Amino acid sequence: MNISRFRRLDRYIVPVLILAGWEAFSRSGALPAALLPAPSTVVWAWADWIFGTDGNTQTYSGHWLLDMAASFSRVLAGFAIATALAVSAGVAIGWSRATEVIIEPTLQILRPIPPVSWIPLAIIWFGIANKPAIFLVFLGAFFPILLNTIHGVKNCDRNLIRAGAMVGGGNRQLLRFIVLPAALPSIFAGLRIGIGSAWMLTVTAEMVAVKSGLGYVLWDSYYFLRYDLVLAAMASIGLLGFLSDLAIRTVMARVLHWQRNTTIQRGGE
Amino acid sequence: MATIEISHVSKIFKDSKRKADIIALDDINIEVAKNQFLCLLGPSGCGKSTLLNMIAGFEKPSAGTVMVDGQPITAPGSDRGVVFQQANLMPWLPIWENVGFHLLLRGGQKAVRRATAQRYIDMVGLTGFENHYPSELSGGMNQRVGIARALLMNPQVILMDEPFGALDEQTRMEMQNELVRIWQEHQGTIVFVTHGIDEALTLGTHVAVMSARPGRIREIIPLDLPRPRDITSPQFNEIKRHILDLLRSERAKSSLETVDHP
Repeated sequence: MNISRFRRLDRYIVPVLILAGWEAFSRSGALPAALLPAPSTVVWAWADWIFGTDGNTQTYSGHWLLDMAASFSRVLAGFAIATALAVSAGVAIGWSRATEVIIEPTLQILRPIPPVSWIPLAIIWFGIANKPAIFLVFLGAFFPILLNTIHGVKNCDRNLIRAGAMVGGGNRQLLRFIVLPAALPSIFAGLRIGIGSAWMLTVTAEMVAVKSGLGYVLWDSYYFLRYDLVLAAMASIGLLGFLSDLAIRTVMARVLHWQRNTTIQRGGE
Repeated sequence: MATIEISHVSKIFKDSKRKADIIALDDINIEVAKNQFLCLLGPSGCGKSTLLNMIAGFEKPSAGTVMVDGQPITAPGSDRGVVFQQANLMPWLPIWENVGFHLLLRGGQKAVRRATAQRYIDMVGLTGFENHYPSELSGGMNQRVGIARALLMNPQVILMDEPFGALDEQTRMEMQNELVRIWQEHQGTIVFVTHGIDEALTLGTHVAVMSARPGRIREIIPLDLPRPRDITSPQFNEIKRHILDLLRSERAKSSLETVDHP
């Protein structure tokens, strides 16, 4: 019992030590307090940003929910479009050699272009608003999902397809009842990488091409030398990124529940 | 009319690395009558699995024809149930859905699928494991699921490709007895590929002994041993000796026979 209680606590040891050390360092006066705000200062700013406690973040006081929603909706929109297109394109490319020959070379040439380098064109095409951000999120999430889907479809066990043909399955049924379920673990791996890129690109777009959202607050606070708010924005982005990944993992655990006995990892705790 | 007719079937694989053709099967002629249990017996590499895959429709002969019920085989189909070397079950489906996979593809109602699958699950002795997943069952149990999946389609022909090869001796004997029981109760034509002489003699009504490279039929031996078969009886040993002689003389002359590219 002592051991299991220790196990529950031991995951907090490193974060607590880091925070305590950081707090001590900031208060020691080795650096001007404004350059590296102590965690307590950050929490104070963050609390005001979220709840409007004492108005120390001025125009942002109490605006966190709106800023978060702005970023989150961009991630969601771009990610949803990317998922829909990448999964269907990936299945088509992985399944049919003809489609692969027609589409894949083009995609492979576009892929190495970093999504952020599209920012100028995105602004010219879509203006300064939601659309360029959604476009960038889409670009960032599309390729990891696409590549993983192709990989999953191509790696489908040929023997399972034979078994499906044996019980009388036509091509469409083999795709629907064998190839797609077999590719799901790979597709989910792609989704998890994709959601990471999605947050990265939302924040980037908001720093450059959009006038709202967590990324905008981050950049704006930097101009106003409010590093406590910069850190609070960074923490917010980290938290939301973590939560969206958690959501995908939860769905994945449900959909892929049959995998539980085939993986080595058994949930750690 | 024979249920399965294999006439003048040859199969040549191109080996691009050695720039030579490999004759996997050379002018095979076999007729399998209805309700016959034919064991294809031969050393590994003799093309017995290739022959089975042609009946299943997974592979095409380079020459000759394979007919089932008078129809030439062009593709896999649910009139021929295949039990594979590995069970090849869908890991994401519970046992009952795997057994009823044929019905799932045909869009049957869940209750009907469940009830039909149950009959075959009971038949292969897996009652109580309906909602387990393949990863939760042993190799022998998964092989039973594979057999039930093939039986459920009520096929004309059942093709088995060393289905008990990966099982331990005890489980294999148990599965052989059960297969014979199911075959006796439900009738049907079975082609069973094996490299085990005892297995062939325990199961079949006929044994086709094959030679390797090029794969040829050496002899088709009808077995009228009483069932259940006693693998220590004199008649059993007599046939076994005969088959061993066939295989031994084969090994003496066999070398890698290939034909050079023109």
